[in-house]
Amino acid sequence: MTSISAPPVRIALPTSPQLQRRKTIGAIWQAVFIAATVFAALVLGTLLVRIFVQGVGALDTDLFTQRFISNAAIERGEAGYLTGIVSSLWLVLIAALFSIPVGIGAAIYLEEYAPDNWFTRVVQINVSNLSGVPSVVYGLLGLGVLVSFFGNDFLGRSLWAGGITLGLLILPVIIIASQEALRAVPLSLRQGAFALGATPWQVTWHHVLPAAMSGVLTGTILSISRALGETAPVLVAGAALFVSNVPTSPGATYSPLPIQVFDALGRPQAEAKEFAAAGIIVMMTLLIALNLIAIILRERASRRVRW
Amino acid sequence: MAATASDPGTRINVQTRSAGDQPTLNAPIITLRDVTISYGSFDAVVGVSCDIPEHQITAMIGPSGCGKSTVLRSINRMNDLVQGARVKGKIEYHGVDINSPSIDPVEVRKRIGMVFQKPNPFPKSISENITWGAQINGFKGNKKELVESTLRRAALWDEVKDKLDQSGLSLSGGQQQRLCIARTLAVNPDVILMDEPCSALDPISTLRIEELMRDLAKQYTIVVVTHNMQQAARVSDQTIFYSLSEKRQGMLIEASPTQQLFTKPRDQRTEDYITGRFG
Ligand SMILES: Nc1ncnc2c1ncn2[C@@H]1O[C@H](COP(=O)(O)OP(=O)(O)OP(=O)(O)O)[C@@H](O)[C@H]1O
Ligand SMILES: [Mg+2]
Repeated sequence: MTSISAPPVRIALPTSPQLQRRKTIGAIWQAVFIAATVFAALVLGTLLVRIFVQGVGALDTDLFTQRFISNAAIERGEAGYLTGIVSSLWLVLIAALFSIPVGIGAAIYLEEYAPDNWFTRVVQINVSNLSGVPSVVYGLLGLGVLVSFFGNDFLGRSLWAGGITLGLLILPVIIIASQEALRAVPLSLRQGAFALGATPWQVTWHHVLPAAMSGVLTGTILSISRALGETAPVLVAGAALFVSNVPTSPGATYSPLPIQVFDALGRPQAEAKEFAAAGIIVMMTLLIALNLIAIILRERASRRVRW
Repeated sequence: MAATASDPGTRINVQTRSAGDQPTLNAPIITLRDVTISYGSFDAVVGVSCDIPEHQITAMIGPSGCGKSTVLRSINRMNDLVQGARVKGKIEYHGVDINSPSIDPVEVRKRIGMVFQKPNPFPKSISENITWGAQINGFKGNKKELVESTLRRAALWDEVKDKLDQSGLSLSGGQQQRLCIARTLAVNPDVILMDEPCSALDPISTLRIEELMRDLAKQYTIVVVTHNMQQAARVSDQTIFYSLSEKRQGMLIEASPTQQLFTKPRDQRTEDYITGRFG
């Protein structure tokens, strides 16, 4: 029997040397991680500042309203990226309209429906590998399949070919990011819904997708940003260095923003460097605007789920 | 009590509600005949045959890993969701073989609902938790009335009536479990399967759910898995005892009216288990 009236024993709680060591190790790692974060932020910050300093002189409304980039226009300070901005927006729109539904659909099939057999595994491995293929290869695919499909004339070098090429490029990334998001939805949520007599589609549509939406959209945002900045694949797939008209339909020829910036950089005039830097600022603004839209959509979607 | 003087174990005090009455079991609504369930090449439970009486409570007890959850999940085809799970033998609901290819598991689960061990409300409002299941099953009536009447039946209304718009996950564990029971009731099933519904709950919440189960048994057939033998004795009309064979396969040892199983078990292994002499 233990004695109830035993006096409490006072003990000291000194930090043992062992614990001290563990704490030191913890502190060192924390410092490493902070350093990594600071380094990343510094590199990015330096780049941004440099570009801003270089391009600030050329920042004016002409950038957004003028459609000509020629040596003369650059010298007179009257060149603008209008065709590039509109081309890039078209490209992203076509790529998104193609790859978001297909990508999320494929992810839903693979995660929620596909049986675990060799076919599924082959598809899965291929998707993972595709996300690592150099982007210029997608350009060759676009050239070989899409451009010849649309015909190697006017339509073949159109926004259709470029947009779908970019869509294919980001498709595996969207599939993989969406799969991760779907996989993170707890099984118990699905079970609860199934146990009420829901069909697989009702479970997916009403519970799994809303719960995964935030993750799905994050992956989508990242890949759309990537599509906006890609140069190589669209160059191969038929983008022009210069187009004189603002593309007004997906059948038009086009010259996306990053290609125009690249083109400007190669010009001899002193003003060209400044103009190119301003082009990068325009591109960043576009990127931030697109991301903002996507983030607002994401917040809306996640408000429907109330964890 | 039938305990012998030399009995070193402790007997469960069976406070059967039908004290004095001869325990009778109703006609079965579900029958299992020679049911073997395997995961891949491993037979988890072998040769289970038993009847589930209508409008009564059946408790399933037995050591961990003997396949209680496995059997329970096979009754409403939730095992379909488990990779590699296979069911052999015959499970009949109202005389219909629920595993026949012409039967849609969705139809089975509409009629045979399930409450899980860990409360799993939907990440939606309390009202939506109730209405969702009803709506997908074609409910067209007044949602407010449905929410109130269902929550009342689940003995939860008074605690949540002022916060129906809050997330179901904002409730306490016991309340969440009653919400899950309520959401099952809203679909109006015939049978409710419960897998250790009280294992995460405090004694008071447990008691409330037990009372609720007794109440629900007037209208529904209930099968409950529990590790709490007192609970089995308190709430159930029939108790099924499972154990493990030498090959670590689950098997049904005894299915008897609860009072009989706890006072005069037919099998020595049941006797050992309920008196706490099990391995
Ligand atoms: N999804 C699964 N995949 C493979 N084996 C499983 C799966 N679920 C259960 N098993 C196995 O089947 C056997 C029975 O498991 P089950 O969960 O039915 O036991 P239980 O009686 O409910 O146990 P407990 O009381 O601990 O909940 C165990 O050996 C377990 O390892
Ligand atoms: Mg279990």
